[in-house]
Amino acid sequence: MNYTTIIGLEIHVELNTNTKMFCRCSANHFGAEPNTNTCPVCLGLPGALPVTNKKAIENCIKIAQALNCSINTDSWFERKNYFYPDLPKGFQTSQYLNPFGFKGYLDIKVKDETKRIGITRVHMEEDTGKNTHTTVDGEKVSLLDFNRSGVPLVEIVTEPDIHSGEEAKAFLTELQKIVRYLGVSDADMEKGNMRLEPNISLQKEGEKGLPPYKVEVKNINSFRFVDKAIQFEEKRQAELLNNGEIPAQETRGWNENKNETVSQRSKEEAHDYRYFPEPDIPPIHFTDSEINELQSQVPELPIAKTDRYVNEYALPYYDAEILTREKSLADYFEDAVQDGKKHDVTPKQIANYIINKKVDSEKTVPAELVTMIKQASQKVTVDSSTLTPIIEKVLSENPKVVEDYKGGKVQVIGFLIGQTKKQLPEADAGQIKSTIESLLK
Amino acid sequence: MNIQQLTIESILEGYRNKDFSVTDVTKMYLDRIKQYDATLHTFNTVTEEHALHDAKRLDQMLTNGDISLPLFGIPLAHKDIFVTKGIRTTASSNVLDDYIPQYDGTVVSRLKNAGTVLLGKLNCDAWAHGSSGENSDFGPAKNPWNTEYIPGGSSSGSAASVAAGLTPVSSGTDTGGSIRLPASFTNTVGLKPTYGLVSRYGVMAMASSLDSIGHFTKTVTDSALLLNVTAGPDGFDSTLRQEKENDYLENMKKGIKGIKLGIPKEYVSEGMEKEVKQKFEEAVKKFEKLGAEIVEVSLPHTDYGIAVYYIIQPSEVSSNLARYDGIRFGNPRSSFGDEAKRRIMLGTFTLSSGYYDAYYKKAMQVRTLIIKDYTNTFEKVDALIAPVSPTLPWKFGAKVDNPLAMYLSDALTVTINIAGIPSLSVPAGFSSNPKLPIGIQIMGPHFSEKKLFQIGYAFEQETNYYMEVPEL
Repeated sequence: MNYTTIIGLEIHVELNTNTKMFCRCSANHFGAEPNTNTCPVCLGLPGALPVTNKKAIENCIKIAQALNCSINTDSWFERKNYFYPDLPKGFQTSQYLNPFGFKGYLDIKVKDETKRIGITRVHMEEDTGKNTHTTVDGEKVSLLDFNRSGVPLVEIVTEPDIHSGEEAKAFLTELQKIVRYLGVSDADMEKGNMRLEPNISLQKEGEKGLPPYKVEVKNINSFRFVDKAIQFEEKRQAELLNNGEIPAQETRGWNENKNETVSQRSKEEAHDYRYFPEPDIPPIHFTDSEINELQSQVPELPIAKTDRYVNEYALPYYDAEILTREKSLADYFEDAVQDGKKHDVTPKQIANYIINKKVDSEKTVPAELVTMIKQASQKVTVDSSTLTPIIEKVLSENPKVVEDYKGGKVQVIGFLIGQTKKQLPEADAGQIKSTIESLLK
Repeated sequence: MNIQQLTIESILEGYRNKDFSVTDVTKMYLDRIKQYDATLHTFNTVTEEHALHDAKRLDQMLTNGDISLPLFGIPLAHKDIFVTKGIRTTASSNVLDDYIPQYDGTVVSRLKNAGTVLLGKLNCDAWAHGSSGENSDFGPAKNPWNTEYIPGGSSSGSAASVAAGLTPVSSGTDTGGSIRLPASFTNTVGLKPTYGLVSRYGVMAMASSLDSIGHFTKTVTDSALLLNVTAGPDGFDSTLRQEKENDYLENMKKGIKGIKLGIPKEYVSEGMEKEVKQKFEEAVKKFEKLGAEIVEVSLPHTDYGIAVYYIIQPSEVSSNLARYDGIRFGNPRSSFGDEAKRRIMLGTFTLSSGYYDAYYKKAMQVRTLIIKDYTNTFEKVDALIAPVSPTLPWKFGAKVDNPLAMYLSDALTVTINIAGIPSLSVPAGFSSNPKLPIGIQIMGPHFSEKKLFQIGYAFEQETNYYMEVPEL
C-alpha cells in the first residue's frame, strides 16, 4: 500500500526581548539561577496584572509579515485555561480567535524544486515555567523554575502541506534563517528557543481529504531528530494501516536514545481550554501606517537574497545559499562586493574566497578582504634572488617536513608552500612549488 | 470628641491644633477594636505593632511640624483581599489562612505613602463572593446597628468597622454591589468608582472586567479625599484611564440647582420593601427641595442584569481562582468554601466548549445593550438616583440556604458594574423597628465622580444622617 505522509508543524519561537511578555523581569533565562528572574506577575501571585511588551508584539507581526501573512490590525489576547504546575496563573495568556498573523506561506527548496507551505497562523503568547523531574535525597521530586514563565513566545502553525522529513527539515531551516534575519530570536533548538511539534498522519493512495487521525510528537530538539522521528512514525503508522488498523490519535514523545516515539497520552478528546478574551488587556489596534512601518523593518529575506545573488552576481545557487545562511555573512559579502568594484575584484572571486578559505569576518574587514584577494590573484613573479633565500629558510626551519617529502610524502609540499606564502603573500603558488621541488631534488 | 464621629477632616484638624498625637488616635482605635470587635468580628487581622510603629514615625514628623501628607496620621484598614506586604492576607478563605504576600498593591502603597496608619485587615465574604458577609470562612462580621442582622457584603467588615467607629475609613471592592450594599446597610458612604479609574494591581481578582476598587467613609468629603490618593494610572494595570483628575473636591460644595436627576423606573418597581420605597421617595423630595430637576427615565435591559452578571462573573472567577493551586503558596483547593466552589463550577460550565456561545458570549452581547441603556440615559440627565437594595438588611441565616435568593439581592447594583459606571451610596435614613440603615445610590457617566460627590454632599448636608451612630 502506498501512503502519502501528511505533516503539519507547530513551532514555538522564543523572542529575544529584554523583558518578559507581561512584566519587567529579564527574559534572559538561559543559565540563570532558578527563580531569580521573577515577580508577582510571572509568578501568578494574588493581585498581579499583566502589562504588554509592545516590542514583542511588533516582533511577532514582523515574523508574520516575513511569512507573507495577512495581519489582523484589531487583535486581542485570550486566556487558555488549564492546570499544570509550571503554569502559575492556571491559564496561559495566548491568542485564539484573532491571531496577529494568518493565511501566509513560505516557499522552500527541496531537491531543486520549490514548494509552497501554507502558514495557518502566527500568534503571540507567553511561555510557562520549567518543570524538571528528578530525585533529591532519594526522593522523586518535581522542581519548578519560573525564570522562563512569561517569556514571549511566537507560535507558528503550518497547514498540513509537508510530506516528508526532508521537507520538514527544509522548512524549519528556512524558518530559522528568517527568524534570525529578523534578529528577533536565536531560534536555537538545542537552547530551547525554537521548539517544534510535528503532527503526522498517513493518507492512503487515492484517498481524499485528511486522514481520520493525527499523531503529535513532542520532545524533539534538533532538526536531525525531526527527520528521524517522522521516518519512525511513517514506518509505525504504515504497519498499523497495513494491518487494517487506524493509528490512535495521541501524543507521542521522541526518545532520542532509543530512536523511537513512545505513547504519552491519548489525544482523543481535545482538551477544552475554555478560551475567553483576556479582560485585563484591552484589545490591540495597529494603524495601517504602523503596520507599514513594521513591514519596512523586515529586511530582504534569505530566499529573495539568494535569488538576487544568483541573478545579480551570477553566482551558482549553491554558493549563494551558503553566503545567505546568516545575514551578517551576507552583509559582509556585499560590503566586500561594493569595495571590490573599486579594485576590479569580482563577486565570484569574493564568494569563492569566503567559501573556500573560511574567512573570519570579525578579524578581516571587507576592504582588507578585497586587498587579500587582489594580491592573491595577481600572479606576481618574484625574483628568484628574493624567493630562494626565503624558501631556503623555510626548509631549514622544517627539517622533519623536508625529510617526509624526500621520504615520499610529496603532499607535504603544500605546507612548505604555505609557510613561504606567509612571508611572500604576493608570490605565485605555482612558482614557489617549482622552486621548492628543484631545491629538494 | 466622639470617636465614632471622627472624620479625616476632624482628625487632621486635631493634629493641626495639637489636640492629640498620631499615637493617641491610633491607640484610641486599637482600644475600640479590642473592646468591640470580639462581638462585631470586622477584623481578620489587627496589626497593632505595625500601627504603633507607623504612628511613632508620623509623630516624629508631627513634632517637626510636617503634616503636609494628604492623609497624615489617618488610621485605616483594608478589605482582606488587598495584598499587604509582610502582613497576613487571607481573602477570608481557608485557602489563604496563613498567606503572607510579597508586595503591596498600588492602592495599599499609595495610601501608605499618603500618611495613613494601618490598623489591620478586614473580614469579608470569602473571595468577595457574597452579599451578606456570611460566606466568610472565619465567621461573619455583624451589623453594628443590630448584631442579629447582616451588615451586607462582600465588603462586610469594611462597612461595619467604619460604622462602629473602629476605623475612620476602610477600603473595599465592588464587583456587583459589594461596596454599595454594605454601605447602605450600615449608614456609611460607599464609593464604587468608574472601572478603570483606580488600579486593581494588588487586589485579588474576582471578576476582572467588573471589579472596582473603592472605599468606605463616614462622609462624602472623606470619600473624595481618599479618591484623590487612590485614583490614577500606575503602570501596572493595563485597563486604567491614562488621564488624571486634579482634585475630587472641586465643585463639591456648589449645590445641585438645575441638575437633572433621572429615576430609572425599573428600579422602583412593586417588589421593593415598603420602608425602602418610603425612604427613597423622601430622598427624591429632598433632591427636589435642593433644586434638582427629577426626570423619569428607563433602563430597559435592567431585567437581564442578574442573568448577565451571574454568567460573566463566575466565568471570570473560575479563571481567576485557578492560580490558587496550593503549589507556590496557600492551602489545597479542597479548602475552598461552598460558595467559591459553586462559582467555580458555574463559571467552568459557562465557558466550556459547546456552551460558551450560549452563555458567556451571549451575556457579553447583552452587556453591550446594558451599556447602551446608560449611555442613552446620560444624554438626557446628569445623574441617576435609585435605591441600593430592594429590601432592608436581613437576619443572619435568612438567605443562606438559598443561594439564588442571595443573588437576587444584587438586582439594583449589578448593571452599574456591567456598564463600568461609578456609583456613590449615601445614607438615606432608617427603618423604624428595628432601626436599620437604608441607603440610596447616585450613578453617573464614566469618570463623573466629581459630580457624584457634588450631588451626594448636597444630600448629606441637607439630611445629616451621617451624624447618627450605632449604640454598641
